Amino acid sequence: MCGTCGCDEQSGTRTLELERDVLAKNDAIAEHNRLKLNALDAVAINLMSSPGSGKTTLLEATITAVDGRSPVAVVEGDQAASLDADRLRALGCRTVQLNTGSGCHLDAEMLDRALAELDLEPGTLVFVENVGNLVCPALFDLGEQRRVVLAATTEGEDKPLKYPHMFRAADLVLLTKTDLLPHLDFDEGHFASHLNRINPRARLLHICAPRGDGMDQWLDWLRSARSLPSGSASAAPSASS
Amino acid sequence: MHELSIAKSMVDAVLEQTAPDRVVAVHLELGKLSGVEVDAIDFCFDVVTRGTRLEGARLSIEQPAGQGRCRRCGAEFAVTSLLSECACGSLDIELSSGDQVRIRHVEVKRDVRDLRV
Repeated sequence: MCGTCGCDEQSGTRTLELERDVLAKNDAIAEHNRLKLNALDAVAINLMSSPGSGKTTLLEATITAVDGRSPVAVVEGDQAASLDADRLRALGCRTVQLNTGSGCHLDAEMLDRALAELDLEPGTLVFVENVGNLVCPALFDLGEQRRVVLAATTEGEDKPLKYPHMFRAADLVLLTKTDLLPHLDFDEGHFASHLNRINPRARLLHICAPRGDGMDQWLDWLRSARSLPSGSASAAPSASS
Repeated sequence: MHELSIAKSMVDAVLEQTAPDRVVAVHLELGKLSGVEVDAIDFCFDVVTRGTRLEGARLSIEQPAGQGRCRRCGAEFAVTSLLSECACGSLDIELSSGDQVRIRHVEVKRDVRDLRV
């Protein structure tokens, strides 16, 4: 090895110590998003779940329940189309559609762009409807202050154990479509104990948004999410730590 | 497949810090509990390095084992999966290792073609 630059003189290569988290850039943008949201007294809530668990239906019911008493905006993530965004815009909600193409999750830069486009007014409640997927979104910090994972009763009670990265990242878990319970072989106790094993800090609420079941508790949780200090997404496992 | 964006972030970070050299090897630390698959990263690495200064670079991956501390009883133990139970029965484990996705070092070579310009 040469004494000047540490290169291997025979092969002509040299080694550079980088010691850098792969997602460092994403995490820096996420922190920038969080500071921007905090400065506006705005709260961003990242909604994650499988496709079809009821994220958009929950948002429709939430927007209707809030009914203009608080500014609400939605960042809508899908691989393609704007069907969900159209449903929310029909309710008068400011919505930005993000199409990821082949991407299976949102990242911090996408949220940064969406926040700039929304030009938020202070105190806005920002919902981020992530791409439907129980795997990939768990690893990417967007700069949100709270993470909510939805699981529908139709998906089965074993999901917390089968997708531990996702459920470990949740501040709140919403068990949705509870109106179907009489027709399903779904044990609510098993679901709760599976979740409690993987993430005892996550709160669990049962909800059926179209029927209004559980909506009061959900709105109470949203109010408390506003009043809590908004640091980093608390239980998020980081792929870059 | 989140490995595609992980590979892209990795390549962008390496390109940022190695210009103008050609990169011949990248050494990555990919914790066994990181939720990132080695085979998928390998595949994506080949795809995203095409046409860059990393094209043809060797990717070597080290996989540190999981280590964690039980949030219930404070015990420290080897964590083999996110469903590894502490002796006290708790699954509520704070990982101290095993979830990292880190670029350790890279090997670079001055490209002689650049020097002729």
